[in-house]
Amino acid sequence: MRWEHYEHGADIGVRGYGASKAEAFEQAALAMTAVVTDPATVEQRERVAIACEAPDDELLFAEWLNALIYEMSARRMLFTRFALRLEGTRLSGEAWGEPVDPARHHPAVEVKGATYTTLRVALEAGRWIAQTVVDV
Amino acid sequence: MELDLFTRRSDYEWEIPQHGAMRVPALIYANAALIQDMDRKVYEQAVNVATLPGIVKASYAMPDAHWGYGFPIGGVAAFDPDAGGVISAGGVGFDISCGVRCLHTGLKRADIVKVQKELAGMLYHRVPAGVGSTGQIHLGEREMDAMLAGGAKWAVQRGWGLEADLERTEEDGQMKHARPGKVSPQAKKRQRDEMGTLGSGNHYLEVQEVTQVFDAKIAAAFGLQLGDIVVMIHCGSRGLGHQIGTEFLKKMAVTAGAHGIALPDRELACAPIDSEVGQDYLGAMRAAINCALANRQILTHLLRGVFHDILPQAEMPLLYDVSHNTCKLEEHRVDGNGATRKLYVHRKGATRAFGPGHPDIPLVFRETGQPVLIGGSMGTGSYVLAGTKESEGLAFSSACHGAGRAMSRHQALKTWQGRQVVDELAARGILIRSPSMRGIAEEAPEAYKDVSAVVDAADAAGLARKVARVEPLVCIKG
Repeated sequence: MRWEHYEHGADIGVRGYGASKAEAFEQAALAMTAVVTDPATVEQRERVAIACEAPDDELLFAEWLNALIYEMSARRMLFTRFALRLEGTRLSGEAWGEPVDPARHHPAVEVKGATYTTLRVALEAGRWIAQTVVDV
Repeated sequence: MELDLFTRRSDYEWEIPQHGAMRVPALIYANAALIQDMDRKVYEQAVNVATLPGIVKASYAMPDAHWGYGFPIGGVAAFDPDAGGVISAGGVGFDISCGVRCLHTGLKRADIVKVQKELAGMLYHRVPAGVGSTGQIHLGEREMDAMLAGGAKWAVQRGWGLEADLERTEEDGQMKHARPGKVSPQAKKRQRDEMGTLGSGNHYLEVQEVTQVFDAKIAAAFGLQLGDIVVMIHCGSRGLGHQIGTEFLKKMAVTAGAHGIALPDRELACAPIDSEVGQDYLGAMRAAINCALANRQILTHLLRGVFHDILPQAEMPLLYDVSHNTCKLEEHRVDGNGATRKLYVHRKGATRAFGPGHPDIPLVFRETGQPVLIGGSMGTGSYVLAGTKESEGLAFSSACHGAGRAMSRHQALKTWQGRQVVDELAARGILIRSPSMRGIAEEAPEAYKDVSAVVDAADAAGLARKVARVEPLVCIKG
């Protein structure tokens, strides 16, 4: 498993693993889509560019998720594939997905924002982990 | 949590004495069983809030408190701007001014039962709910700013409601001193097509029956009788509020150090009230309160239209509209000498509960205290309470806001199927309509704590007085 959810009272934690920090960020984004719907039901019809910046890895990870949440909300889209590059405190990347189709995606809940609760980006036993709780 | 973590002040008041970096003690209002059931994180978070600069009297947690973000959900804290007090985006939450509004209908159960399916169907059809749904109203730049400054008053001026609704809404339907210019273009863009939408998660619209009356005198003053049908809406400031919360959480986390604030937890991000970030947040947050008030006002207009078409005899004045994720400037007596101080009161998952005689509640409620609307889980029950005189001395006139989850979404999804929940509730005479079966499974009634225990504790603690219980007949779920 390269991503997973973990429990947090009323909300839900998203966690991604990867050989690189960027991969862990991508996998956590997939975990976030899975909060809303089964990512396998989402087709890659449109590409959206994402760019953000923050003073450290953990805030940058939260910014990445929040940038995606913004695009999901403003464009009414769901994303299923992600690619990103990290350069110091900057992140640039792409997300592929399609507009929400309630009949096909059965979206359970919308994500309001990424919190800093249990926020962590770290290299553990040779693999990167990136996690936080998202408010739904 | 273990009870021996606390000093018991009474059966319903449990103190965490001031220690370490705490500037004031922390107080939890609940009975022993509710405390034992609470997450240990509530203790940690109530203690953390007590360390923030300028906090007054105590850091409080309501009977429905649970693990939140920095502040516990069900947390109340007041800050003095003249004593270096702070304002916190986490202390308000992402869904700024999320709240509950309740409307009368003048109808009885028999009126509803005859048309229950048709009513559920038309409400579901006309009230946009769920992920990705959009409203009929699309706001350009100027109208967006007018809405953010005007709140429910703006909505009424545009024809979505009645003048009389405004005096039955906190702040008379318009949060003053909102600064739409401090709301980012991104937050406005998220809201452009979302006016008059319910949202998802635990947000809902319910047609309910008054099934119990606890205080006949106050119930009568509120216009509630056994068997009456009311409508409750639970929702907030939608994408706009979420975006403002997100942006200021980061701004406050990044600038805390420069303001000389040592955060025990990044999620407690805050800024001095008189700082630029603090003032910007205040202006944007107040605009988001207006967005929530306008949104609930438009939803009111939509559902009145549905009742007009199916049950034209319905008369639907507003009982009241309350918000439970806010920070508001209020005057409170705290020093024992009768003098008031102006404080910024954060209520994160807590409802304002002004008591009898309070100047900020409508004249019609001056003798009873304001209605305090507590939403339960889908298919169980909700409550109407009234603010009390003694509540001001307890937790700055605050009470609980809901049931709180007992089970994670993940666990709920493994335990129930949406269709099965819908069928079981239908067999009990409750019609659920939602675009998402998975959403229904995650919101299954048993995934929530018993709202009655929470309300009983709030009543026994004196935070608010129980007036009536209502149970759903129709529930539209996002």
